[in-house]
Amino acid sequence: MTEPGDKIANDVFFDWLLRRGDTALVLGHRVSEWCGHSPVLEEDIALANIALDLIGQARLWLSLAGEVEGKGRGENELAYLRDAWDFRNLLLAEQPNGDFGQTMMRQFLIDAYQSQLLKALATSADNRVAEIAVKAGKEVDYHLDRSADLVIRLGDGTSESRQRMQAALESLWPYSGEMFKGDAVDQAVVAAKIAPSPEGLRTEWLSTVDAVFTEATLSKPETDFAHTGGLTGRHTEHLGHILADMQFLQRAYPGATW
Amino acid sequence: MLVVTVTPTYTGCPATAVINLDIETKLRSNGIENLRLEQRISPAWTTAWLSQEGREKLRKYGIAPPVEGTSKTGRISRLSSNEALVVACPRCGSDKTEKVSQFGSTPCKAAYRCRSCLEPFDYFKCH
Repeated sequence: MTEPGDKIANDVFFDWLLRRGDTALVLGHRVSEWCGHSPVLEEDIALANIALDLIGQARLWLSLAGEVEGKGRGENELAYLRDAWDFRNLLLAEQPNGDFGQTMMRQFLIDAYQSQLLKALATSADNRVAEIAVKAGKEVDYHLDRSADLVIRLGDGTSESRQRMQAALESLWPYSGEMFKGDAVDQAVVAAKIAPSPEGLRTEWLSTVDAVFTEATLSKPETDFAHTGGLTGRHTEHLGHILADMQFLQRAYPGATW
Repeated sequence: MLVVTVTPTYTGCPATAVINLDIETKLRSNGIENLRLEQRISPAWTTAWLSQEGREKLRKYGIAPPVEGTSKTGRISRLSSNEALVVACPRCGSDKTEKVSQFGSTPCKAAYRCRSCLEPFDYFKCH
């Protein structure tokens, strides 16, 4: 643990925690959509397990967010009773599953980033953040292992699988830049020594993805154009549909438990 | 009041609730009524905490116990190969086994198959 840095306002810290929790929650929900539909049984099971890990991580982040916010909201209220503009997940996480290859490419781009970020957060000046990062980091390393392996196998596979992976990379690449664009919220957590600056994570992320793309015989797009907005609540049209599905029960039967 | 600290293996492990219930049931059946269970995530659970007895129980049940020292942070299997990882079949003991999938019936396990006795089995991943 690092010595404490500048004091941070609760609402700013809350916003940053939502970015962590919502990205895990929305990606976890997306991955869970594969349950019962994967190309082979082993992949179906693996995807369900990864979804479970991500939703478990979302619970930890959102519980802490609720605690920091201090208005009595817990993980359930935050997950089920907010609308799209209050979600702070990366746009990449909410992109549709597409085919299996596209799901693996989205997973790989995020896993490589999460792995870097969680390693850095393990030494956060906020002990609660460090604890979650250590716990989640161990899980994400296994996710990265698998998604990198599948990107390589499908990229360096048949001409059909290679063409699909290249198309997936080209359509998802413009959503990857958002991970490394810091704003005022990031500046505050950096000053408080809670988290590293997003820009600083890019070099190592690039070295991971470059190595995997080379082995996968895929060409990284030249463009640096980045779609942004997810982290401040401006989402693509896909998030509303995810929430309609995910939040249906609590909206239709408020307070239902079992 | 007896306070029992429970550490989840994986953040999303659905067995956590069952494990908590088992602990509580066992303690109550031994006459301990005044108790509370607390979840703690730090220090993070690791397979290094498994006792030899626990490992043997896993093996007897048909789950290959973790090969310690094989969970390298940041490892990408194809790039920094983990080919050297030898998981012995929990049924016949053969070293001629292969990984089918990184994730088995639960997140903490990988799916393997034995090329000697041809049986599939779960391998408890190093964590």
